[in-house]
Amino acid sequence: MSGAEPGATPAVHSTGSAPGGALAECVGVTRRFGQFVAVDGVGLSLHGGEVVGLLGANGAGKTTLIRMLLGLLPVSAGEVRLFGEPPSRRTRQRIGYVPQGLGLYDDLTAAENLAFSAAVFGGGTDRALPAALRPYGHRLVGALPLGVQRRVAFAEALAHRPDLLILDEPTSGVDPLARARLWETVGEAAAAGAGVLVTTHYMDEAGECGRLVIMADGRVVAQGTAAQITGSARVTVVETDAWASAFGALEAAGLPAALVGGALRVRDAAPQDVRRALSGIEARVSEAPTTLEERFFQLTSSTTSHTEDMG
Amino acid sequence: MTDPQHGVPAGPDGRPLAAAGPDGGAPTSGAAGDTGDWWGTDEVSVWYGKVLALDRVTFRAAPGQVSAVVGGDGAGRTTLLRCLAGALAASDGTIRRPAARRIGYLPAGSGTYPDLTVAENLAFRAAVYRVRDPARRTTEYLERAGLSAARERLAGRLSGGMRQKLGVIAAMLHQPALLVLDEPTTGVDPVSRVELWSLIARAAADGAAVVLATSYLDEAARAARVLALDAGRELATGTPEEIVASMPGTVRVLAKRPEGDAARRAWRRNARWQVWAPDDPAGGPAGGVAGPAVAGGELVRPDLQDAVTVAALVRELAMTGGQP
Repeated sequence: MSGAEPGATPAVHSTGSAPGGALAECVGVTRRFGQFVAVDGVGLSLHGGEVVGLLGANGAGKTTLIRMLLGLLPVSAGEVRLFGEPPSRRTRQRIGYVPQGLGLYDDLTAAENLAFSAAVFGGGTDRALPAALRPYGHRLVGALPLGVQRRVAFAEALAHRPDLLILDEPTSGVDPLARARLWETVGEAAAAGAGVLVTTHYMDEAGECGRLVIMADGRVVAQGTAAQITGSARVTVVETDAWASAFGALEAAGLPAALVGGALRVRDAAPQDVRRALSGIEARVSEAPTTLEERFFQLTSSTTSHTEDMG
Repeated sequence: MTDPQHGVPAGPDGRPLAAAGPDGGAPTSGAAGDTGDWWGTDEVSVWYGKVLALDRVTFRAAPGQVSAVVGGDGAGRTTLLRCLAGALAASDGTIRRPAARRIGYLPAGSGTYPDLTVAENLAFRAAVYRVRDPARRTTEYLERAGLSAARERLAGRLSGGMRQKLGVIAAMLHQPALLVLDEPTTGVDPVSRVELWSLIARAAADGAAVVLATSYLDEAARAARVLALDAGRELATGTPEEIVASMPGTVRVLAKRPEGDAARRAWRRNARWQVWAPDDPAGGPAGGVAGPAVAGGELVRPDLQDAVTVAALVRELAMTGGQP
């Protein structure tokens, strides 16, 4: 990330919190498809140097929101502003985007993919692959392992030094060490001043994000740090040698439990209710702080959830 | 089990739904018959032509437990699971699995018939495996998976998460003794993932030995036993606690990426840097890799993700010449 190249867009270093300084800003953004409201009055702002995690179930509206940010889809209502202006071809040039499907050409080599994208985004026609990817440079992308393909897609998205990086499930199906390396790249881009918006299905990765935005049914149902979102919510933990009978007893009582290791975790139930449901099965029942995943499930599985702004 | 023998039907991918051994799927090893104290592999190797996909892998799955096989692309997870499911023969070693009709198998990325509805997919499975009281069980599992409203939809038109849930139900409908699930949760959203785990726990509670492949260690940490694979070989195995306890050396957490040699032993996690150092501060080898201790930072109690990452790192350093 050093040494300005001709045509490279300088990274934005402003991390000011004034709304005017936001790289990307959504105000009351809504998108309808016929009667269906895919995105419903979403407000969101992203500043340079920030990594924001966008979490939500399938159908929550994440991809629709991203498509509006990229300028691929017009809004039905509300306003999207990128670098202080409406999305356009010009703003698209300042965005690096890695779609879920990676968006690479399987029939081109890794180097050709990069050269093509460099030509599209301007600012040079022969960008070198990062050193770690050079051994793969002359192989067809379609023949490369998935983990390497992801790194090529990252290199391509970062080659024009975008001010805003949008990553749609960047680490799906990647082994832990390779995933850590991808997050390194994301962290480096943010440290150099880029703003990063990333979707993930894995709560483990929420720790990489400075701030989280949780969507359900097209709306933002919570935002803030992971700690702010989990707050003081608790779950009841059941430890027992007879977990299978306990699992059945809890379920029969309408208290579905999650199996974690040898223990059962019960959401939305106090220890005394759990003890009653266990009706005599020998078990240690205690309380524990809720995990982000459990809190996420609470927030998104109830359709009557109200917006909670914790940021 | 008194079910009569039946022909082995082809799955949507053309492979057998559950391949039978020559004697109808009895364990291929000489070990005791269908007692079911464990299923698994003993020193199993698989060659695809000249490629060694699985290198002397030993794996045990116990009834009533969930066991996880973790690893990235090309680690050998699918090969191991296909061996367990009876869809692939080992080149060497022994596989111990129940009779074909007592195995449930969800292959990666498929497992359902796209041109059949959800209900038809399950009715077909129920007929093939002669499930008793199929209507009751189908209704129960659909409800548990949150798919009750999708009964009449074509499987090919379901979302990824819904299709995976259908695949898992189809594989467990006949209450198999061994349930083999290849990446049931990859690319699945968190809500569907919770529902999938509820189905998986139900199968284990009913006594099945559940084996699932995943690339996510937070998920593997929920399993009773874990096998981590890398390039066809065992990287680590045991309960999550055992794997963590057997990790060589120590892990520290730093705010910034370390400089020099330590950078090769560092990885990013939670927006900070974890750095592994071998046991011996004098530079004695741990895991065959030598290196000076890392100064500063805070010593962390490693978890499964740290331990497996360290194992991968140690192997990577050993291969690329760990000596600085």
